[in-house]
Amino acid sequence: MDLTLRIWRQPHHDAPGDFVRYQVTDVPREASFLEMLDLLNEQLMARNEEPVVFESDCREGICGTCGVMIDGRPHGPWQNTATCQLHMRAYRDGDEITVEPWRAAGFPVIKDLAVDRSAFDRIIEAGGYISTPTGAAPDANMIPVDKATADRAFEAAACIGCGACVAACPNGAAQLFAGAKVAQLNMLPQGQPERYQRATEVVDTMEAFFGSCTNHGECQAACPKDISVDVIAWLNRDYRKAKLSGARAS
Amino acid sequence: MTTSATPPSRSVGNQQPPKVQRRDNVLTELYRSALGKKYLMAISGLVLMAYVLIHMIGNFKLFEGEASLNEYAIWLRELGEPLIPEYGAIWATRVILILAFGVHIIAAAQLTRMNQISRGRSRYAERHYAAVDFAGRTMRWTGVIVGLFVIYHLADLTWGVQAVNPEWEYLEVYNNVVASFANPVSAAVYIVANAALGVHLYHGAWSLFQSMGWNSPRFNHWRRWFAIGFALLIAVGNISMPVAVQLGLVG
Ligand code: FES
Repeated sequence: MDLTLRIWRQPHHDAPGDFVRYQVTDVPREASFLEMLDLLNEQLMARNEEPVVFESDCREGICGTCGVMIDGRPHGPWQNTATCQLHMRAYRDGDEITVEPWRAAGFPVIKDLAVDRSAFDRIIEAGGYISTPTGAAPDANMIPVDKATADRAFEAAACIGCGACVAACPNGAAQLFAGAKVAQLNMLPQGQPERYQRATEVVDTMEAFFGSCTNHGECQAACPKDISVDVIAWLNRDYRKAKLSGARAS
Repeated sequence: MTTSATPPSRSVGNQQPPKVQRRDNVLTELYRSALGKKYLMAISGLVLMAYVLIHMIGNFKLFEGEASLNEYAIWLRELGEPLIPEYGAIWATRVILILAFGVHIIAAAQLTRMNQISRGRSRYAERHYAAVDFAGRTMRWTGVIVGLFVIYHLADLTWGVQAVNPEWEYLEVYNNVVASFANPVSAAVYIVANAALGVHLYHGAWSLFQSMGWNSPRFNHWRRWFAIGFALLIAVGNISMPVAVQLGLVG
């Protein structure tokens, strides 16, 4: 199929950007969205034009690198699907597709469709881990975790850090990402020793880059891993408890 | 994830949050955070919700007639006597309400400002919202409408501003209310404002659970029903009073 792409081109962070229309021809229906962009870049390079910068790594929906805004929807029209898992059978010959980078103050554009998501790294550094003494791997199931809790922690752990939640949020907030990272660890026994410290550091770091939640639920709708806004309530609860127990201690 | 081509505009780096400072004054520290402001939005909202509910239930005495409503007004005035002086309970309530309103409005304004900055300057050329509803989108506007209405409502029935309610007389609660609701313009103001309040509560009464982190798989599904029920109860209950006067059922 032949498509018209309306793609955001921006030479670097400080330069103004704008949309450029490209024709991409002979796109196979079985191609993924990223393969279609590869094809466009091959066709551009054949004409000696500069290829479009976009990011990808795993191309199997697990690394979170590839997110872009497609026709006004983070990761495009398919529910619970990362951009690399979106396939061109979603489109018909002659369609025009608008592709934009994530837009939020916390995600400055690096070039074209690539944005700087290092603020997420700062959040992970602040509390997206547990401190454990190293040594031999512990036996599986040595610490009992009930099934319901394990399932909920696993759902939160499915977050791939793609940034679709921030991109979808009218406030440029990262509550779903931060909530998923905190809930995943704070629900489990292994996360308990650093539980409240984690909530505090993650929220304080998050707020240095991102906005705050107004409970619209756009993040949940955009999430390719179907993470629920329940994790935001977790985050809010643990932060409240951390601060108020701090208040009592002083 | 990419490396930083440009450092984030508001850098936090790896520094540890200043723990000593936090112990200095946890509550100011908490208020400085956006989440702290959200907690205050939720708690002040809850206070205002409780007031709106009690206020409405009391005002239903309108349907029982002049004597009932006026007696209720006197009871409110003398509530707690002789332990508390006349008007004591009323003034205590007013102080709480002014505080709750103040906190709710200031926190909302600050959060709005912060969020406008976080959203960034560039806008999507195309954006299809998938989840946000009318109530969520219009919170700021329904909030402003309700805020302005409160001023009108006070001028109309508490202060008895001549231009608003020319027939107003001190302590003639029933007559004052009926005079106001009999005026179609005034009745319309009450109806529109309470519809806006209902929309505001629909989003707010759900959001407060989320903001406070009051969630549990056991009652999560009730939160939406609570918000719907509460919003409907307040909107329908309050609107029923001007409508009853307009239809000639009261007055
Ligand atoms: S490229 Fe890894 S999730 Fe899409």
